[in-house]
Amino acid sequence: MAELIFDLSKEGKCAFSLPQSQIPSYEIDERYARDEDAMLPEVTEVDVIRHFTNISRKNYGVDQGFYPLGSCTMKYNPKLNEDVSKLQGFCALHPYQPEYQVQGALKAAYDLQQYLCEITGMSGATLQPAAGAHGEMTGIMIIKAYHESRKDTKRTKMIVPDSAHGTNPASAATAGYDVVQVRSDDKGLVDIEALASMMDEETAGLMLTNPNTLGLFESNIKEIAKIVHDKGGLLYYDGANLNAIMGIARPFDMGFDVVHLNLHKTMSTPHGGGGPGSGPVCVKEELIKFLPRPVVCKKNDIYYLDYDRKDSIGRVKAFYGNFLVCIKALTYILTMGPEGLKQASETAVLNANYIMAGVKDNFIIPYDRFCMHEFVLSGNDQKEKYGVSTLDMAKRLLDYGYHPPTIYFPQIVHEGMMIEPTETENKETLDKFIEVMNKIAQEAIEDSDLLHNAPHNTYVRRLDEVTAARNPVLKWEKEQDL
Amino acid sequence: MKFTKDHEWIKKEGKYAYVGITDYAQQQLGDIVYVDLAEEDLVLQQGDVLCAVESVKTAAEVFMPVSGRVIEANHELEESPEKLNENPYEAFLAKITIDDESELDDLMTEDEYNEFLESEAE
Amino acid sequence: MRYIPVTDKDREEMLSKCKAKNIDSFFLAIPEDVRLKRLLNLPSARSEMELIRYMQDIAAKNSNTNNYSCFLGAGAYDHYIPSVIGHLTSRQEFFTAYTPYQPEISQGTLTAIFEYQTMICELTGMDVSNASMYDGASALGEACVIASSASRKRSDIIIVEDMHPEYKETVQTYLKFRGIKYTAMSVEQLLNADLTSTAGVCIQYPSFYGDIYDMERIGRYVKESGSLFIVCANPMALALLKSPKGFGADFVVGEAQPLGIPLGYGGPYLGYFACIKEHMRKMPGRIVGKTTDVDGKTAYVLTLQAREQHIRREKATSNICSNQALCALMATIYLSVTGKEGFKQVAKRCVDNAHYVYEGLLNTGKFLKTSDLPFFHEFTVSPKSDISALNDYLFKHGFIGGLDTVKGWLIAVTEKRTKEEMDEFIRRAGEFNG
Repeated sequence: MAELIFDLSKEGKCAFSLPQSQIPSYEIDERYARDEDAMLPEVTEVDVIRHFTNISRKNYGVDQGFYPLGSCTMKYNPKLNEDVSKLQGFCALHPYQPEYQVQGALKAAYDLQQYLCEITGMSGATLQPAAGAHGEMTGIMIIKAYHESRKDTKRTKMIVPDSAHGTNPASAATAGYDVVQVRSDDKGLVDIEALASMMDEETAGLMLTNPNTLGLFESNIKEIAKIVHDKGGLLYYDGANLNAIMGIARPFDMGFDVVHLNLHKTMSTPHGGGGPGSGPVCVKEELIKFLPRPVVCKKNDIYYLDYDRKDSIGRVKAFYGNFLVCIKALTYILTMGPEGLKQASETAVLNANYIMAGVKDNFIIPYDRFCMHEFVLSGNDQKEKYGVSTLDMAKRLLDYGYHPPTIYFPQIVHEGMMIEPTETENKETLDKFIEVMNKIAQEAIEDSDLLHNAPHNTYVRRLDEVTAARNPVLKWEKEQDL
Repeated sequence: MKFTKDHEWIKKEGKYAYVGITDYAQQQLGDIVYVDLAEEDLVLQQGDVLCAVESVKTAAEVFMPVSGRVIEANHELEESPEKLNENPYEAFLAKITIDDESELDDLMTEDEYNEFLESEAE
Repeated sequence: MRYIPVTDKDREEMLSKCKAKNIDSFFLAIPEDVRLKRLLNLPSARSEMELIRYMQDIAAKNSNTNNYSCFLGAGAYDHYIPSVIGHLTSRQEFFTAYTPYQPEISQGTLTAIFEYQTMICELTGMDVSNASMYDGASALGEACVIASSASRKRSDIIIVEDMHPEYKETVQTYLKFRGIKYTAMSVEQLLNADLTSTAGVCIQYPSFYGDIYDMERIGRYVKESGSLFIVCANPMALALLKSPKGFGADFVVGEAQPLGIPLGYGGPYLGYFACIKEHMRKMPGRIVGKTTDVDGKTAYVLTLQAREQHIRREKATSNICSNQALCALMATIYLSVTGKEGFKQVAKRCVDNAHYVYEGLLNTGKFLKTSDLPFFHEFTVSPKSDISALNDYLFKHGFIGGLDTVKGWLIAVTEKRTKEEMDEFIRRAGEFNG
């Protein structure tokens, strides 16, 4: 069975044609020329279409069904956004065309910057970061630049909660900070006393997600901000969970200084099987001067790229960010309007609470109160009583045609399963999912092997990840087939 | 053989000592897929990172039980990291010199280590 | 409301099931003083018809490369994008899927990435490739960070000067915040430099200005000094030019936008990252490997994950937790469609066209040579007139001219340019007296 495009290759096949050349040929000096051709496949156009169509069918996308992947906000990706981003006036622009040729593109970027500032309460924005983690890195560098601009160079640490995404500590490290972890209290919130005892004049700030990764709002946020600010630190908002609070509460009003957003979560742009995303960063007034170069500005109705920014942290990538992703996000915001965004957050929260209420009889809910846009359940009962792990249950969900929720995260919940339905799912979908979850709880009791061996119905079943990591095979080799 | 709270073992043989991870440590890690071996000839203090051990879903650093110099890394583990799972007390990670033998006194005996594991479990 | 399918009746039933009085009950954990007590100040919702017209109007304010003939390059190239790419990457199975953490239902993405990794290894001659990164500049930044930490004995980085200025700035950002020392120098300076404390040397190939250096000589010098060699290469050029493996590269990174990805006003693009086997376990980003499932069926899976942030947290080799999967898919399809012969033909046509325009411009007598080194599809010439005025003049005649750089007018010519376009471009450029 042909598996890879390389297996379809046959000498002399080609899916491509160039116009006849009408100019002389130029030969590159042999000294600089390649010795051996790159072994690319030789295939026809139909080979290409069939191959990629057939492998695509082994994927699972949001358009196929429910994707309650906690922390990832797998909402519907509107098709209109795609159409708009494919307009030639956006996708066929060269990044170095002079400003007067691209006023529309600059306007779109400028408007998006303004809208994101309004949503977060901030005063300035950059669209340059290409993803959430890239935005975190940018934001933390801005915090460092701020401290250094005040000759405050003894701050070497960044505080991160024990429930944080792994990117938080990793991003703090990219800016050269040592990471210290603050624990969560028994309510699942940042332990205020622990924070107060850690926060000192050698600490640059605190990175926080709010609502946090347990889906709980940090109610003490004003107090947390005060503790950090009183010692001269800054507060970083990880926008991973912004989908819970659009139009309801704003990071700036909570006391945050820097925010990144994930347009591929909150603003409905597609995840693309792992990217491209987009991670704009918004900051309060006094941090604007540290934003990466250039910033899109406007003067007398003319848009321009401002490179003259001596305090800027520099660049984090070439050009201006994932512009076409930004176009999709802009289209989304304009489709929804202020009422729509608020209703999206309200419905996301309603949907999460509805699932939680529907499954709580069969699963432990470690923090049993209203959640925000997601909640974490624990499969510890199933594990202890029936030897069924959360992984087993997640894999069983595949058999029922769902993408499983995020599992074993945050690490502070044993056998955790983090469920985020998003607002674009209807009640019938949620009802079916609740029914299946409860059925799986029943299966755990009656037939644990069914779960240990799940999935049963997928194109491939559980994989041997140990061999993959011990003896990595990371590319196709011709010899394999001989 | 002596043990640390980070689940390393150290066994003195002549003027050198061998360092590895305990059976408990390998069980916690699961199937070990890769060992990032120590750089030979490196001089390290007690508690410094000696090397790292990776399984599919976790990675753990291994610390120097005592101060000393890395004489030899166990290159056999490059090809066969599973030996750490199969026989943790045979598959050493590094052969080292010991700067100050009195540092060994700070470490736990086998009985003390077993007690330590039990107290941790509670 | 668009995209929100819960009806009023549903909402009532759901609230009652949750034992919540109303929607506000869920938000009681948010203290009163941080709540927004007004609507967001954003434009009102638009219908699909209104919105598409509005966005079309904004798009129409831009002069795009379909209506103008583009001779601008400098890191983003106007190559032809075969029709099949758009059709295949618009399949929802690819573009609405998440990162393939559930391999049982992600074999499509995983297979495509495995193919992509293979193709990148083929082009660069490297042993391993990751699943891609944000763009060429950030991939280069990551490579420099990895090179700097590869040995405990040396950590400095040298950037060969005629690197893309924005790449240079990006690398500097990546390095300076980590406290890694770096210096920029010319090729001549490099070949006389003492590299004993240098962990890595990075160079662009061809250079930002189009020059192709004697890479074997540079590579030999760097390797003999015990430093790591990082090459930032245009993958299109690798169709014809010597593979970086041949001159001792440890890391080959770059911008793969030329491989079927739209100009898109600068993004999203595709950073590729490949290296020799020794550095495999230190690579940033995702990597796909081949394995089998419990039934023995061949399958692909994200592997070597112990390097990554979700496991290593602050000790990870990078903070990256995504790749540009959809762009990598575009590149994979591009290299499949053009294939072994077609890809070379595209590159060869770029070379022919660029040399045709180069000779043509010099023959007008209005431009001076700036370099004697060979070039691929991009070069500088020094005009006697002001570059920005020249570009404005050309724009009036339907051309997007080259970039104004410190070394002159940087022109890129792709396979898309016809003889008529090139002749007219040369004529107009030659007749301008600014």
